[in-house]
Amino acid sequence: MREILDDIDRWQKSGKRIAVARVVKIEGSGPRDPGAAMAVNEDGEVAGSVSGGCVEGAVVGEALSIIHEGSPGRMVSFGYSDDEAFAVGLTCGGTIRLFIEPLTW
Amino acid sequence: MTLFDRFRDLVRAETPVALATVIDGPQVGAKLLVVRTGETESVEGSLGHPDLDRVVARDTAGELEAGRTGVRHYGPEGQATPEDLVDTPTVSVFIESFSPPPQMWIFGAVDFTAALGRVAKVLGYRVTVCDAREVFATKRRFPMADEVVVSWPAPMFERRGGTLGPRDAVCILTHDPKFDVPAVQGALATKVGYIGVMGSRKTHAKRLERLAEVGVTSPADLARLMSPIGLDLGGRTPEETAVAICAEIIARRTGHSASSLKNTDGSIHS
Repeated sequence: MREILDDIDRWQKSGKRIAVARVVKIEGSGPRDPGAAMAVNEDGEVAGSVSGGCVEGAVVGEALSIIHEGSPGRMVSFGYSDDEAFAVGLTCGGTIRLFIEPLTW
Repeated sequence: MTLFDRFRDLVRAETPVALATVIDGPQVGAKLLVVRTGETESVEGSLGHPDLDRVVARDTAGELEAGRTGVRHYGPEGQATPEDLVDTPTVSVFIESFSPPPQMWIFGAVDFTAALGRVAKVLGYRVTVCDAREVFATKRRFPMADEVVVSWPAPMFERRGGTLGPRDAVCILTHDPKFDVPAVQGALATKVGYIGVMGSRKTHAKRLERLAEVGVTSPADLARLMSPIGLDLGGRTPEETAVAICAEIIARRTGHSASSLKNTDGSIHS
């Protein structure tokens, strides 16, 4: 989270609504440890990352819908399994669990 | 000031803090911030129930102490074994520790120091360069360093050795016995996780003699010294040497073999 604070400051100063996604759990192989964080503003601008680029695109979509729904936040998981081979996943075969929430605290 | 403002300022000031967030349960998004100042902890925010707050604050302080980040589960009133609660919703809490960055102390204001300081910054270390020679130990020569200290090793360790712990590193690059020997002695008296000492195999052998003269002979102490410093990558430049040193520091911390993954089996990330 440390590395995205400057971007968050800038966005807050210009009055942008923001959501923050954090890795809370990794099962199997995963590129980033729990605590890896990414912020998305209402214009879809991004700071930080939560994987090696595998799921960031999908996280932006989830973050924007959380901003627009006024949701208190929710868990989102990404990973491969046999029956969802075309879903967004990690090429390393692990599962990544994220908590995405609006920055309203 | 919001809780986020407070959290942001503390993280920027490198104060140890841990943030607990409800990620599943009745009050998703509720937060508790545990702040350590000196030996005491203070708690700000709430997860919605005083008993839950008390139990989570206690666990969060423990996680912060250990520098750990992860998910814990509770009953809605802080029960520690939610699996015993039938038909009661449980609360999942993500506890994230923000510890100050690890330290690297580099002794000796030489060319290798600048390269090592740069690589250490990439890895997130707080870099301190220390040398007794005022003309060499300047911020202008080591702009990447967070701090440049003009001092002999012994007083530096006496003053601040107590701040070094298992995540930290001491790299002694002087290859001058009158500086090396007290630096090694000082480092061995701390809990620092990595002690590397630069020099050829010949320098290393001579250094061991000098250390024996001052009473550093215990096998446990000598086993802590990574000397000659660094992995055997075959590089020569200061930058290549810096990578060899930092790679060794990482491998020592993780306990991994530092071989090519192609030649090993097993999990990559554990």
